[in-house]
Amino acid sequence: MSALLSVRDLGMRFGGLLAVDGVSFDVNSGQVVSIIGPNGAGKTTVFNCISGFYRPTSGQVSLLGKTISGLPGHKVARHGLVRTFQNVRLFRTMTVVENLLVAQHSRVDTNLLTGMLKTRAYRAKEAAAMERAGFWLDQVGLREVANREAGNLAYGQQRRLEIARCMVTGPRLVMLDEPAAGLNPNETRELDELILLLRAEHDVSVLLIEHDMKLVMEISDHIVVIDQGRPLAEGTAAEIRNNPDVIKAYLGES
Amino acid sequence: MSENGLQFVQQIINGLTLGSIYALIAIGYTMVYGIIGMINFAHGEIYMISAYVGLIVITGLSMMGIEYMPVVLIITLTMAMLITSAYGWSVERVAYRPLRGSPRLVPLISAIGMSIFLQNYVQLAQGARNIALPPLISGGWRFGDAAGFQVYLSYMQVMIALATTAAMVGLTLFIGRSRLGRACRACSEDRGMANLLGIDTDRVIALTFVIGAALAAVAGVLVGLYYGVVNPFMGFIAGLKAFTAAVLGGIGSVPGAMLGGIVLGLTESFTSAYLSTEYKDVVSFGLLVLILLFRPTGLLGKPDVEKV
Repeated sequence: MSALLSVRDLGMRFGGLLAVDGVSFDVNSGQVVSIIGPNGAGKTTVFNCISGFYRPTSGQVSLLGKTISGLPGHKVARHGLVRTFQNVRLFRTMTVVENLLVAQHSRVDTNLLTGMLKTRAYRAKEAAAMERAGFWLDQVGLREVANREAGNLAYGQQRRLEIARCMVTGPRLVMLDEPAAGLNPNETRELDELILLLRAEHDVSVLLIEHDMKLVMEISDHIVVIDQGRPLAEGTAAEIRNNPDVIKAYLGES
Repeated sequence: MSENGLQFVQQIINGLTLGSIYALIAIGYTMVYGIIGMINFAHGEIYMISAYVGLIVITGLSMMGIEYMPVVLIITLTMAMLITSAYGWSVERVAYRPLRGSPRLVPLISAIGMSIFLQNYVQLAQGARNIALPPLISGGWRFGDAAGFQVYLSYMQVMIALATTAAMVGLTLFIGRSRLGRACRACSEDRGMANLLGIDTDRVIALTFVIGAALAAVAGVLVGLYYGVVNPFMGFIAGLKAFTAAVLGGIGSVPGAMLGGIVLGLTESFTSAYLSTEYKDVVSFGLLVLILLFRPTGLLGKPDVEKV
């Protein structure tokens, strides 16, 4: 079977700076893949290129065999790929449930006219969207705060809401950029369980950037190491842990 | 009521009428600013064009022999909103979309260019002089002592108040309740994120220009009928005043634009009555300076919280 996401020879140049150079890897269906590397290695740039936030200067990204590199972000999302950012980017003045509804904007295929006339099809689709939002509120344990403004939630809740917001779009692949940043050990363990749940029950693959090595080693099927924009190593957790190049990049020359 | 009291009531009526018009135009500025963070300097011209569309439709209808007031008014408002929306959409398409991602100064200049173009195009097509509109709604109510000062509330003023209220309620419901309104709010908070969740942000931006233009169309038609005269330069000063109203209320905030419009309208009408007509612009722009000094985000604007 071909890969769900396939990244081939990805390159991103900002003027004279080559931030990402020759990065290639695959994410198969049902896999959790992590990208790791020292600070400034270009991990987030890789994410930005894949998700359509940047337009990569070279290379190709395809999802389920269709090329998505160079597409605008909303088209990439409609192909089934969504992401989070390092910092929380919820719609802070909207309520929790509105955050989940607006993410289904492109799924609820209605227009201004049907909206104004409140046709039966429109109402049915809005009801379905609401039901999906409710389901994910339960999954991430946020139903009690559904009508609070997202900006007023505790930090850990905001992180979970972001993942729920990705999930209501009905993705095939979710990309999480440092989801554990700023979480306490307890919350990190909950996150760990949530990510595994996504894979086990919702047929979603996960591409992860994370600095918490314990989390990475526990849940990743495959790890890609990037250093200074170039691929350094690839393999399972055990392989990466014992790779001399990786150890050198993280700890410096010995 | 004493004569002074009646005079006061009259100024409130005049101020609210003027303020409603400013508010309708100001919403166009504030919505566009809320989503793309830029001022649409061609918005005043859009308002001017709608007044001309109103003039043409009313003239056309009367040539066809349709003169029953409610029918004429509804057809005129609908046509003006539709045609003016198309202008709003085109302004975004021509002057903004090709420049997306360029430095902020660039679309600002192209919008000013668009404004000059539209003003001259109307001058060429319609002539530079004032054109009179037939009064569609005349008459009104008079209150007070028949011998002394009388408060005059024209039917037209009531019409303006009704149309403005309807437009505001409609807009508030649209933004607060509808699916597209939700997408608008999401875009105004974080356009990049909204895009990555599958919202076609270019369409949402176009939609805000269209909504702004439709509301300006209501204002343009009503002003044309209220003052009974249109000219190609009416958009400049009205645009400037409405922009002031939007900043006064807090640019980016829709309720702020409504409030700012009303405050500005009342200020102008009271200054004209109690001070002097010549000073009305001095006082209203002076008020703007004062509010910005003490509350830089405007009356209802929220300060930008630095994210950590």
